[in-house]
Amino acid sequence: MKTRSQKKENTIRFIFFVIALTSILILLMISLFLFMEGFPILNHISIKDFLLGEYWYPTSEPPDFGIYPLIIGSITTTFVSAMISIPLGVMTAIYLAEIASARFREIVKPIVELLASLPSVVIGFFGMVILAPILQNTFDLTTGLNLFNASLMLGFMSIPTICSISEDAIYSVPANLKEASLALGATHLETIIRVILPASISGISTAVILGMSRAIGETMVVLMVAGGAAMIPESIFDPVRPLPASIAAEMAEAPFRGEHYSALFATGVVLFIFTFSFNIIADYISNKYRQVGDSTL
Amino acid sequence: MNTLLATNSEWINLKSKEQNKGKKEELKMDKLNFPNNQFKKIVNIIVFNIFRSAAIINALALFIVVYFILSNGLSAITWSFLTQPPTDSMTKGGILPCIIGTLCLSLGAIAIAFPVGVASAIYLSEYAKPGKILRIIRLGINNLAGVPSVVFGLFGLAFFVVWLKLGVSILAGSLTLAAMSLPVIIGSTEEALRAVPETYREASLGLGATKWQTIYKVVLPSALPGILTGSILGISRAAGETAPIMFTAAVFYTPYLPTSPFDEIMALPYHIYVLATAGTDIEATRHLQYGTAIVLIVLVFGINLAAIIYRSKLRKKMT
Repeated sequence: MKTRSQKKENTIRFIFFVIALTSILILLMISLFLFMEGFPILNHISIKDFLLGEYWYPTSEPPDFGIYPLIIGSITTTFVSAMISIPLGVMTAIYLAEIASARFREIVKPIVELLASLPSVVIGFFGMVILAPILQNTFDLTTGLNLFNASLMLGFMSIPTICSISEDAIYSVPANLKEASLALGATHLETIIRVILPASISGISTAVILGMSRAIGETMVVLMVAGGAAMIPESIFDPVRPLPASIAAEMAEAPFRGEHYSALFATGVVLFIFTFSFNIIADYISNKYRQVGDSTL
Repeated sequence: MNTLLATNSEWINLKSKEQNKGKKEELKMDKLNFPNNQFKKIVNIIVFNIFRSAAIINALALFIVVYFILSNGLSAITWSFLTQPPTDSMTKGGILPCIIGTLCLSLGAIAIAFPVGVASAIYLSEYAKPGKILRIIRLGINNLAGVPSVVFGLFGLAFFVVWLKLGVSILAGSLTLAAMSLPVIIGSTEEALRAVPETYREASLGLGATKWQTIYKVVLPSALPGILTGSILGISRAAGETAPIMFTAAVFYTPYLPTSPFDEIMALPYHIYVLATAGTDIEATRHLQYGTAIVLIVLVFGINLAAIIYRSKLRKKMT
């Protein structure tokens, strides 16, 4: 027999369950509305021409909606920023988790956390007014707002993500693995490279993928710093126009529900698919290759 | 054999890093290596120093950004800058409407996201049993955390502004920011709930309390400080975001302070962006841009520092 309090308990449980579904609901609605507003562009242009078209002139007559240069812009900035953020982030994580003294750790860790909370518009502003003139003068460029500047800023934005997730992974390597390695006569460095890194590699890969996902989706920095030229870059100092920059810069002037408007939503869909797949891969790796005990090493 | 034992015990000492301080630490690092293997020792030291400089570069990056902005903009911060609206088509005057706008947006966002986030976390950590449903919900939360901010902006525009007909307003902006900070709040609440010892729950259930009574009267009160800290961090994240409010709440300029949730407003991050890229005279308003950036940094860091200090105090109290 179910008492009244049991019924009440079940109702409460059900209410919490429904609320817990909110996140999924929001995620579904995001994809629904992006597709709904972005789909009409396919009445004007084929998917192939949209993704691989080399010209993005949304306001000329007739307009060109090829986002290939934007995709390349996003991929190159993310790739170059990863060259900066992966080594720095992972090395910092190793240092903080394995080597640093307690005092050093206590000072640096909150600083890295604060770096994460620095608003992106401030980092973009810094890149624009301080780093850009320096770059322009040092390398004698026509503009300091370019791929390199954007990558540098994006790199420093994704370091905190990479660093903190990697550090958790390194920290959670079972102590007996380290002890065994040290007891066999390996030095601390050998232990780190041969034992601790292999044992935490799934966590570190997750960290790297999530960091890159953050870099590719970051808007304000690339909007302010990347230079905004929708062309395929030939050197690292060429200006580019990554996907988010294009959306943020043009949305305000695109006529409501016009071709341009849906082209921008479709660009959003492409960006969403990028970060969504990064996240799915990260999730897969962290579940599949999770280090369970020391048997799988 | 003796050396081996010594190495091991030294290493265990290293584990309890709290007891080690500065120079002593380095001395132990030396002992870690076998004295007869000079080469390995040198490699060790070099590599560790490379790692250390990586950590220092990261810390320096923050200081460089903050230093340049402070040194260039500190002169712009005056009482009237903080308490006046912008004048002369935004080339003079202050940023009061932006400060108020940012406060409205982030408080609105947290007011919406806090109850939903905390309730979701309660389900995940107290009620849910491991299985397919839990796995899907977690995947959803992780993916929501990874959605780019500009995509939240597009969603806010299509759903809140257009479909729900809220218009460009504080409410639409707060809802968009709330959707964005939801994963942060869920994550930190879950962490806080996990930190509550299992014995508390067992004791309460053993006394005959129902599950809900246990959660409400025992688990939540002891997890509350942790939950609040996490939510404070959520506010600071919402306050600094630009892309989600660009299409949903913020405008270049409005002479009025907001009077209802359906008003459009100015906001600090958007104000920096507008002045720096599209203002009437970009060079002439440079000091205003720096000044606005300082106010935003101080606001965000102030909130963060408060949360971090509060958390470390809590940890000390708990252990």
